[in-house]
Amino acid sequence: MLRLQKVCKTFNKNTVNEKKALIDLSLHLKPGDFVTVIGGNGAGKSTLLNLIAGVYPCDGGSIWLDGNDITRLPEYKRAQYLGRVFQDPMRGTAGDMNIEENLAMAYRRGKPRTLRWGVTKEERALYREKLSVLGLGLEDRMTSKVGLLSGGQRQALTLLMATLQKPKVLLLDEHTAALDPKTAETVLTQTDLIIRREHLTAMMVTHNMSHALQFGNRLIMMHNGQILFDIGGEEKKKLSVEDLLARFRDVQGTTLDNDRMLLS
Amino acid sequence: MFLAFTGTVHSAIAQGVIWSIMTLGVYITFRILDFADLTVDSSFTTGAAVSAMLVAHGGWNPFLALFGALAAGMVCGFITGFLNTKMKIPGILAGILTMTALYSINIRIMGDSSMVPLNGVDTADVLVREVIPGISAANCQLLIGGVVTAIVIAFLYWFFGTELGCAIRATGNNPYMVRSLGVHTDNTTMVALVLSNGLVALSGGIFAQMQGSASVDMGTGTIVIGLASVIIGEVVLGRHVGFLPRLLCMVLGSVIYRIVIAVVLFLGLKSTDMKLITAIIVAIALFLPTGKRKVQAWNDRRKAMRQPVLVPDRAVEDSIDGSDKDPDEANQKE
Repeated sequence: MLRLQKVCKTFNKNTVNEKKALIDLSLHLKPGDFVTVIGGNGAGKSTLLNLIAGVYPCDGGSIWLDGNDITRLPEYKRAQYLGRVFQDPMRGTAGDMNIEENLAMAYRRGKPRTLRWGVTKEERALYREKLSVLGLGLEDRMTSKVGLLSGGQRQALTLLMATLQKPKVLLLDEHTAALDPKTAETVLTQTDLIIRREHLTAMMVTHNMSHALQFGNRLIMMHNGQILFDIGGEEKKKLSVEDLLARFRDVQGTTLDNDRMLLS
Repeated sequence: MFLAFTGTVHSAIAQGVIWSIMTLGVYITFRILDFADLTVDSSFTTGAAVSAMLVAHGGWNPFLALFGALAAGMVCGFITGFLNTKMKIPGILAGILTMTALYSINIRIMGDSSMVPLNGVDTADVLVREVIPGISAANCQLLIGGVVTAIVIAFLYWFFGTELGCAIRATGNNPYMVRSLGVHTDNTTMVALVLSNGLVALSGGIFAQMQGSASVDMGTGTIVIGLASVIIGEVVLGRHVGFLPRLLCMVLGSVIYRIVIAVVLFLGLKSTDMKLITAIIVAIALFLPTGKRKVQAWNDRRKAMRQPVLVPDRAVEDSIDGSDKDPDEANQKE
C-alpha cells in the first residue's frame, strides 16, 4: 500500500540549527493497517506525516503508494489519495465558509475545480446524512459558518471531510491534542468508527500512550528521526504503558524524558 | 447654492458607481483572497489608456474598447500573480513591482505621451446620448456605470458560487486546507488576481471615456480609494450578511466615498487634499478593530477598579491583574 524507502529530511541544513528530523526511515503499510505513532518532542512524527502528504520534499529516499512513486508529486496532487486531519482545529476547515461549502470542497478532493455549482442539491442530502452520523446536531446547521463551531466540532467535521472521498491513506496528526479530554475521547471514538466502517488505512500520531495502545492494530515508536520499534498484531494487544516504557529503556538505554507523554 | 450642491452630489453618485467596479476588484483581492494588491494603482490607468487609445486611434466601438481594457487589466493581474506564486515574491512587493513597471508600459500604450485626450471622439456616453437625446451627463454616466456594474455583480455572484469560486474563497481563508483538498493555491491566487485587475481596468476604461481623457497619473491612489470604499461599504451593512448584499455594499461604499469627497470639496478643501483625507479614513478604519479591543480593555480595568472592596486588599489586586490579562488573551485567540 504505502511504502517509504530510506526517507530522510534535514531542516536548516548547513546552519547551526541543523536538525536531522528523519534519518533513512523505511516503513511499509499494508491495506487496512491502522498505525499509531508515538514518540517524544522532535522525534519526527509530524515530519513523517508531512513528508507523506508532500508538505515539503524529501531530501532522499522514495515514497510509493499502490506501486506508484509519489516522491516528487506536489502536495495538492497527492491530496487525491490522502485524507488529512491536523492538530490545529483551525487548519482543516475554512472558518469564513459554511459547513456545506466546506464539505463540498472536501467532496471534490482530487478533482479539477470547474465552473459548475460549488454545492448541489443532491450533495446536500448526502452531507446531511453523513453529519447526522456524527451525532453533534451539525446536520441542522449546514449553512452556519464553521468559525462558529467549537474546536471539537471542527475536528469532527474535518475528520468527516477527510473521509468523504475514501482516501487511500488517512493521516491524523495529533488531531485530538488541542481538545479537552472529553471531546478528545469523542473525536477518537468517531475516528476509530469511521476507520473500521470504511476499512481505511490510517496513520495516527499521538502523544498519548494509552490511546496509542487502545487504537489501531500496529504501533510505531519513534525517536530522533528513526523508528525504535514497530509492534503489531497480538503482541500489541497485550502491551501496556509500562511495557512500552520498558522497551524504550531497553532500546535506547535512557528513560523517556518527555513529561507530556508520560503524564497523559 | 443648494442646486449647485445637489448637482455635485448627483455627479458624485455617478462617479461612485463607475468606481464601484474598481471597488469590487479590490474587494476580491483584499477581502476574499486576503491579498493587498497594489497593482491596481497602475492597472486602473492601463485600462484607461487601452480604452482611450482603442477609441481615439484604433477606431474601435467604445463598448468593445472596454473589453480591451478588461483584457489588459487581466494581463496585469497575471503578472503580479506570476511574481507572487511562481517567483515567490511577497504579495505587496509583487504588486509594487508590477505597478512600477506598468508606469512605463502605460506611457508606451498612450503613444509615448502622458495623456490621451478624447475630445470630439465617439465615446460610450456620446453614443448613449445619440440614442437617448436630452439625457444629462450625470445620468448618462449613471446609466452606463449602472448597467456594467449590474453585469459585474451578477457575474461575481455566480462565479464565487462555483467550484472554482469556492476554492478561491477558501484560499484566502485557509490555504493549508485548500492544498490538502487537492487544489493548487497558485492557480486560485492567479485567477483571483486576474479577475480583480480585469475589473479595475474595466473601471478605468469607463472612467477615461466619461472624463474625456486618459492620463498616466489618474490611477495613483486607487488602492487606497478602493480600500476606503470597501471599508465604508462594510461599515454600512455589517460584515455578517450574505454574499450578494455584500457585493451591493461595495457599490454603496464607493458611492458614499464619492459623496463624502464631494461634500468636503464643497466645503472648500482643495482636490489635492483628497488623498490625505482618504488615507486618514483608511488608517482609522483599519485601526478600528484594535481600537475597540483597547477601549474594551480600558473599560474592564475601570470596572474592576470600581468594584467595592469586600475582600482583603490582595484579592482586589488579583482581580485588577486578572482583568489586565483578558484583552491579551483575546488577542492571542484571534
